[in-house]
Amino acid sequence: MSTALRSPANFKRDAAEAVTKPSLKIALDRTTGLLQRRRVDVLKAYPEFEATREVAKNIKDHTLAHLDHYLAEFEKNATAAGAVVHWAETPEQACKIVIDLCRQADAKSVTRVKSMLGEEIGLPKALAAAGIERVETDLAEHIIQLADEPPSHIVIPAMHKTREEVADLFAHHHKEPKIDGEVGTLVESARGELRPKYVAADVGISGANFLIASTGTVVTVTNEGNAELTTELPGMHIVTAGIEKVVPEPQHALVLLRLLARSALGTEFTQYTSFFTGPRREDETTGPEAMHIVLVDNGRTQMLASEMRPMLRCIRCAACINHCPVYGAIGGHPYGSTYPGPMGSVLTPALQSLEVAKDLPHACTLNGRCQEVCPVKIPLPDLIRSLRDDTWRRNLVPKPAKLAVQAWAWVAVRPSLYRLVSGLANYALRLWAGPRGMIAKLPLAGGWTQGRDFPRPTGPTFMTQYKRRQGR
Amino acid sequence: MTKVHPHVGLLVTCLVDAMRPEIGFATLKLLEQAGCSVSVPETQTCCGQPALNSGARGEAKTLAKRVVAAFEPFDYVVAPSGSCLGTVKTHYPELLADDPAWKRRAEQVAAKSYEILSFLSEVRNWRPEGVRFPAKATYHHTCAGLRELGIYAQPLKLLEQVDGLEILPLEGETACCGFGGTFAVKYPEISTAIVSDKTRQIAATGADTLLAADLGCLMNIAGKLSREGRSDIRVFHPVEILAGMADGKGVAGR
Ligand code: SF4
Repeated sequence: MSTALRSPANFKRDAAEAVTKPSLKIALDRTTGLLQRRRVDVLKAYPEFEATREVAKNIKDHTLAHLDHYLAEFEKNATAAGAVVHWAETPEQACKIVIDLCRQADAKSVTRVKSMLGEEIGLPKALAAAGIERVETDLAEHIIQLADEPPSHIVIPAMHKTREEVADLFAHHHKEPKIDGEVGTLVESARGELRPKYVAADVGISGANFLIASTGTVVTVTNEGNAELTTELPGMHIVTAGIEKVVPEPQHALVLLRLLARSALGTEFTQYTSFFTGPRREDETTGPEAMHIVLVDNGRTQMLASEMRPMLRCIRCAACINHCPVYGAIGGHPYGSTYPGPMGSVLTPALQSLEVAKDLPHACTLNGRCQEVCPVKIPLPDLIRSLRDDTWRRNLVPKPAKLAVQAWAWVAVRPSLYRLVSGLANYALRLWAGPRGMIAKLPLAGGWTQGRDFPRPTGPTFMTQYKRRQGR
Repeated sequence: MTKVHPHVGLLVTCLVDAMRPEIGFATLKLLEQAGCSVSVPETQTCCGQPALNSGARGEAKTLAKRVVAAFEPFDYVVAPSGSCLGTVKTHYPELLADDPAWKRRAEQVAAKSYEILSFLSEVRNWRPEGVRFPAKATYHHTCAGLRELGIYAQPLKLLEQVDGLEILPLEGETACCGFGGTFAVKYPEISTAIVSDKTRQIAATGADTLLAADLGCLMNIAGKLSREGRSDIRVFHPVEILAGMADGKGVAGR
């Protein structure tokens, strides 16, 4: 699936196709299964989890309630530390700022650390269009860059690839591929390929996991240490971050970090956690000469004022994604956006439009597992239901489906008529089934019977039998 | 409420009414065994969940008000479905929140509403006596019962006391079966893919019986088992076992 064809508008088609790919299923089962088990294990040793979730939710809610204040404070303190803060309302503005900065630095090549905001605003494409070479330094991002595919997961962008597929890819693309079936060797192969490029890059671009208002600090976490190499070696460090990433003080970032690592990968803490406060100082020997921070809105202020506000608490841990049965069946690509799974089904309509993303809130069983695992207690099923209400109100539900629900509801408020209709349906089903206990093909219910049989009603309706028993 | 013989309004649920009345009669029998007097309000149709989950809030509200009005006279409201009961208990008060009078009435009904298995075990302290069902069964925890109502141990506690019934552990016992109401027909490929994981895990237990307490999920799982030709696994709602009424055909038609 190439990047160009991706749109949430194609969800139905792409999801139906995704379930037919055995290698995707293997890749998803392996990784989500592992992440689920690790999360359970790490939480066993963290009895404060429930209490910390509540604290984290409060930190985020407080910050969001005073977002303008904390953003202004962040800007003031980051500027005082020598960074330059830029504001972008749209993805286009954000990309333009980044490209202009790259040109200013006369950059031919940039290194990038995985950042979902970068994907959200379409930065990889914008860099390509500007003729600037982009080197992805995160292993998984490196993999999908080679495969020319978009990420399918927000923490593990190459979630959809099996290690066997990765080995093939490296064998094909690496100058000196090292492959022997072991994951460790694959990592070696990527390292050999990437290291020289770190040194050659003119600009390093990263995202931010948190922005600390009181100090003007940008916090990033990685498990590969690539953020440090990306941002320390080149002369310029550009950060792109969503405005909801700000927290008041360092201790608040630490609370969220504890939850992030456990929820994302089932580890106690992230391997590398970096705090960047301004560019290189006079008494320092390493670090970039310039640091720019691009703060992006892209629909967030609108979310702040809407029912979707709790979604801005999201710390992008992907726990909801890892535990979503729909994601587990189709992977991330059919969602057609940077953000898949439950969090994506809420974010994408807000960041793009409900019109193109109208399928996403409906493609959910409302099983509630996502809310149960979310470290900042986002009521994802409620938000998804609320988006369904919007699709209904704005006539984005397919006409036949809407008519069916309306007709059914019209009957359901008329008990005698309802008895008649349900009695007839019950009778017709039994007639259709004949002596068989299960129905393999059912008119008007092809969706059900294409993969499952439909049970024959065991007899007349409950109400009919009940009346009979009562002697009426 | 400490009445010796509380008056229970049975919310049959539209699916049990149309597809498998046995579950309704088993629920009725168990409620009577547990010392309740039971009424079945004739005006009931559906709790409105399909409308609520389709985004049809207006329609859902109308249906919610009807259920509230029909069931407020009773001491308790009981249904053999976690998802219908979850709709009454967790969604009605929120659905009717913009009308204070209706909101209060919905909250009062919600407070006395119970899913049958949790009602028997927690409110009535009922235990099966002399019930026999020799089988190796496995148990799927349905999502709404589990996450909206907190039902996990209650059904197992009751089933433990059934003679001859062994419950085998099921991998992914709390994972969604892929039903999701209208989801199952709107996104059949995804729904079928999810339920095939479930049937694979069920088959791996070696059980000859699958139990779950929501007819929608049962139809989904049974439908898939049947399509896979797993005629060795029978499918029942736990109330059918507990009421000694699982001697006929299960949901999968055998
Ligand atoms: S919605 Fe919650 S669980 Fe999902 S990515 Fe965001 S913080 Fe994590």
